[in-house]
Amino acid sequence: MIALILRELRLAATGGNAVLPLVFFLLVATLFPFAVGPDGPLLARTGGGALWMAALLAALLPVDRLVEPDRAAGMLDQFAVRGISDEAVAMAKLAGHWLSFGPPLMLAAVPAAALMKLPQEVLLRLELGLLVGTPGLAALTLIVSALIAGLRSTGALAGLLMLPLAVPILIFGAGLVERGGDAGALKLLGAVSLLLVAAAPFAAGAALRAGRD
Amino acid sequence: MTAEALLALEDVACLRGGRLLFEGLNLRLAPGEAALVTGPNGVGKSSLMRIAAGLLPAAAGRVARAAAALADEKLALDERLTLGRALHFWSGLDGGAAGAGLAEMGLAHLADVPVRMLSTGQRKRAMLARVVASGTPLWLLDEPANGLDAEGQERLTHVMARHRADGGAVLAASHQPLALPGAKTVALA
Repeated sequence: MIALILRELRLAATGGNAVLPLVFFLLVATLFPFAVGPDGPLLARTGGGALWMAALLAALLPVDRLVEPDRAAGMLDQFAVRGISDEAVAMAKLAGHWLSFGPPLMLAAVPAAALMKLPQEVLLRLELGLLVGTPGLAALTLIVSALIAGLRSTGALAGLLMLPLAVPILIFGAGLVERGGDAGALKLLGAVSLLLVAAAPFAAGAALRAGRD
Repeated sequence: MTAEALLALEDVACLRGGRLLFEGLNLRLAPGEAALVTGPNGVGKSSLMRIAAGLLPAAAGRVARAAAALADEKLALDERLTLGRALHFWSGLDGGAAGAGLAEMGLAHLADVPVRMLSTGQRKRAMLARVVASGTPLWLLDEPANGLDAEGQERLTHVMARHRADGGAVLAASHQPLALPGAKTVALA
């Protein structure tokens, strides 16, 4: 299991799965002030939500490279021959993907928040939300990756599958940034994220099994 | 499955896309034994290998096997890694020795070359090296001689004979004649 997680981390580091979402996230944070203008209070008010949108779209980027290369190369078959269950493979992929996606995104949120002129307490709420929400986003990415593995030209399909399911994370994540923890947004964000993380190994595992034909 | 059989197929049937490819197939491989699956294209040789590997469910019948290593048309080695490290990933999972596999297939001098740089024949050898390195008792080889040069085929013959002498079993599917002395023949038609 640890060997599998280490392999996922190595793939993410060498294959650009870790760097691309990060660059994308920072790029959106840079472009947004250009689009709405250098109005400090306006940026501070809308910046948190914009950064959550950016995080969501950044999570979508590696969706076609998380599972498909392993399926095409026969790696998944070899895991199965060795009696490693599809759920265990999915769990290792989830752990490896989150480790290469969540913490770097939280780090990138610091300069991004500065570009948006977010006050410090808002940045803290954003970081807290990302800490709780990115595992859910990673789980969703994995489920959709496993579902579309083996299909052709999947870019639009992946977005159509994933973005509606990510709406709760977006609502509660942005809600936490806007209104703070007293509205229960953090708890609901945690609940959604936990549900996705708990379901991902089974949903993705079932998709991997169904795709082995 | 008795203790000594490494692979036991009992009354196995294979259904693909609504078509019955074969049924009532029986095969037992004890340590040291080998079987060669023959038959024209599309008759279900590869499907039989995948059923034996547990990757496809049999439409009917029972499949039991020991720990196995599969070589089919997919290399399953990380393209960006060097050959040595890519093999080491699998042999680490299996508890085998990557170096032994490389040496047996004559690839020791390529251990530091990235997998993506290998030629077709070298990739085939690397795949067989992965099987050798696994140290598992049952080898499932789908067209193992495809793309191999004369020396590669000789090495393949040699490792299969050694594996059987060490108490392993080989199930191979091939169009080309494979040197598997005393092998059972499974003729699909």
